[in-house]
Order: sequence, then structure tokens, then C-alpha cells
Amino acid sequence: MASLNRIYAMLLRHIYLLRGSWPRILELAYWPIMQMILWGFITQFFTGHSEWVAQAAGLLLAAVLLWDVLFRAQLGVTLPFYEELYSRNLGHLFVSPLRPWELIVSLLGISTLRTLIGVVPAALLAIPLYHYSIFTMGLPLIVFFVQLLVTGWALGLMVSGLVLRFGLGAQSLAWVAIFALAPISGIYYPIDVLPGWLQPVALALPSAHVFEGMRAVLLGEGFHIGHFLAALALNALYLVLGAALFMRVFALARQRGLLLHSGE
Amino acid sequence: MAIEVAGLTKKFGSATAVDAVNFSIPGGSATALLGPNGAGKTTTLAMLLGLMTPTSGSIRVLGTDMLRHRYAVLQRMNYASPYIDLPQRLTVRENLTVYGRLYGVRQLARRIDRLAGELELGILIDRPYRELSAGQRTRVALAKALINEPELLLLDEPTASLDPDTGDRIRGWLEAYRARTGATLLLASHNMPEVERLCDRVLMMRAGRIVDDGTPGGLATRYGRRNLEEVFLDVARHV
Repeated sequence: MASLNRIYAMLLRHIYLLRGSWPRILELAYWPIMQMILWGFITQFFTGHSEWVAQAAGLLLAAVLLWDVLFRAQLGVTLPFYEELYSRNLGHLFVSPLRPWELIVSLLGISTLRTLIGVVPAALLAIPLYHYSIFTMGLPLIVFFVQLLVTGWALGLMVSGLVLRFGLGAQSLAWVAIFALAPISGIYYPIDVLPGWLQPVALALPSAHVFEGMRAVLLGEGFHIGHFLAALALNALYLVLGAALFMRVFALARQRGLLLHSGE
Repeated sequence: MAIEVAGLTKKFGSATAVDAVNFSIPGGSATALLGPNGAGKTTTLAMLLGLMTPTSGSIRVLGTDMLRHRYAVLQRMNYASPYIDLPQRLTVRENLTVYGRLYGVRQLARRIDRLAGELELGILIDRPYRELSAGQRTRVALAKALINEPELLLLDEPTASLDPDTGDRIRGWLEAYRARTGATLLLASHNMPEVERLCDRVLMMRAGRIVDDGTPGGLATRYGRRNLEEVFLDVARHV
């Protein structure tokens, strides 16, 4: 119960931050909406020029919206963590009874909230703008959303751990790391487009299995249980690795006194 | 004893920041860690708080082994320092609410109102922390440090960079808090009049070691000096 109260306190800290700044909330939704508008026009063009896209008009729009789930989930962990560093608040937090794992859980919670604020308006706007509703995907959409959310969390924890270790000079990792995954996640194209040697690397990512699974659903091939299980197992592995890295760096930060001197 | 430290050592590579320090601090007392920059005061405080792990040695705080069970005791202590800060964009009330919840404070709204009254934060309570002056921020940091009514309060340079009026008020609030609750106070400071006013004992540190221990008046007598500031200069300059 005490743990829940502390996790709630940390969620509240970030909800206060969002509530106090409308530009922050608008910015969360702005980029996914712009991406959706851009890819909506590209979809309209390709629907008349590509047989593959014509099979399922929502292929690219669903891809861009789900990619944003992964991207926003990762940023949703790292940016709130950066906020603690910017405000030199880690010292205060960790002389309180807050456990590192409670901080992690709260970061995952705020990541979920930020992702929903970012992606849901774009998904809803796609309905009147392009007559495409991602929600028609049904139950698989929830599975894909959760899987990509977890992948984003895992990556966000790894990036946060590295920034705690190396300082805010490494903060651009939040954008660098996720875009390194984009080409091999098969967001807009099947994995078999990649060179043979790169395909096993891609299939070691949960995101590649999610986007393959998404295409299977949209092209009428049904829900692919193999991709689902692979993504589930890989997500479990990477989330454990991300949390373990963060906890290890936290212990190292206590050894080196970094919690007292973290900041800009 | 509120604090019992034995053989406490902290090394950073080949540099020794704190070197086999031993001391005990009785409950209800007010003690100062004094010493020049780099003497190891802040590192000692950080280890007492669990923010930093010692290389060797033992720490008992309020009867609890801090190296094994620090979460059992962190709820009963608190800390303020100019080297760490609070979330800038949150209001004073929001900051105190977050920290009150982290410390599991009951009847939190009433506690915040009381602190706001005692520390004269009333008109600041709904203003963002980033808009406050240095003196106002120090009062908020003190409110955060008192939010859980700690039995042990650790302060690192509590009045650094404050004007004399604000510094005097902070010292007055600390005296009143201690008188009301019987809390133990441990502070690191470079302000000798502050130490003479607030503390009944001084631990002098130099190069990571405790080189002397006594009352402010006792130390002045022992060194043949008029006040603690002159004793400090002797210790810092190895006289």
C-alpha cells in the first residue's frame, strides 16, 4: 500500500507538470497528428499506384500510428526521467523512502498516459480525414499497442540508465536509439525486403514481429500467433534487461555519488 | 544514539574523500560538521542518507543499519541542501504534496497549511517554484525537509547565499522545530555564527578525517581563540 502511494506520488508529480502546461500536452499530440496527415496523403497516392497498398488502404496509416506508440512510449519513459535530472531532483527523491523500482513503475505509468495523449487524437482524426479507423482492427490492435508500449518502456529504461551513468550529455540517445530501430522494424515494409543477413537482427526485435503481425491482420491473413509469441517473449526479455540495466546503473550511481550531482 | 558511525570510509579511485571516520550523535542534540571545502562533509552526509555507498565502515541511524535496511528509516529523517533542487515547474503546494505522499504523511493538506504558516509561505504556496527568489526557495526546501516531521534532520549549508535577515529567520525556525519536537539536527556549514547559535557540538573535519570534537565554546578555549571562526581558520590552515 505504501509502495502504491509513492508510485502515485510520482505519477502525480508528472501529471502536475502536464496539467500546468497546455503547450506540453499539445506538443504530445502534435507530432503524431502531423505524421498521420503526411502518411494519409501518401496512402491516398499509393492506393491508386500500388497494388500492395491498394489491398489494404490502412496499411501505412496503421503502421505510422503504431510506430508512434513505440516512439512515444520510449520518450514517455526517458523525458520524465530527464525532468528529474534537469531539475536536480534525484537527490531529494532518493533520500525519501522511494525505491528505484517504484520510480521505474511510475515512469512506465506516465509513459502510458503520454502515449495515449499523443496517439489517440491522431487515430481519431484519421477517421474524418482519411475515412480510416485503426479501431476496426479490433482486439489485435490492443495486443499490438501493448506489445509496442512494452518495447518502448524497455528501450526507455535502457536509455535512462545510460543517461544516469553518462550524464545529460548523452540525452540525445532518446532520439538516436529509437530511430536506429526504425529501418529494421519493418514498419512500412515486410522484413523479407531487408538483406538476408539483416533479417535475423530484425526478428530479434519485438517491434518487427508486431508490424509483421499487423500486416497479416490488415491483409486478411488473420492473427499470427507465432509473431505474437515471439514479440511477447522478446518483450519480456528486453523489459527485464532494461530494468536490470537501470537498477545496476542506479547502484553504480550510489557508489559514485552521481545522485547528489546529477543535473545540467 | 541517533547516529553511530564506525570506520566510515569513502574512496573515489585513489582519492580518499572520507577516511575511517568514527562518531556518535545522541538523540535530540544539534551537531555541526565543520571543515574547509573538500573536507568530506557533504560526502559524509550523503552516506548517512544512503545517497552514496561507503567503501567500508558501518552506519546506524535511529537504531537501524543504513547499509542494509535504509528504507526502514528514511521515512523518519529528511534533508535539505542547496546542491539539490525541487521540480521547477510545480507550484510550492504541488511540490509539498508530492513529497508528503512520498513520505506517507497523514492529513497532508493540514500539514502543508501548517508549514506554510510557520515558514511564511502563504502567499507563495500556489506559485511555481521556478519563480521564487533564492531565499524563498530555501524556505520551500526547508518545508520539504520538515514535511514528515523528521526525527533526524540533516542540512547541508542551510543558509548559504541568503541575506542576513532570511538566514536569521531560517535559524529561528530550526531552533523552534527542535524545541518543539526534540529532533536531532546534523548540519554542515561554513557559517560560524550559525553553528555557534544552533549547535551544541562541533565535529571538525579536514582531509576526510575528524580532527577535533567539542562544544563551540570548548573548542575556542582549547585553541586559545576568541570564537569558532578563528578555530576554523587554525584547523583549515593546519596551525
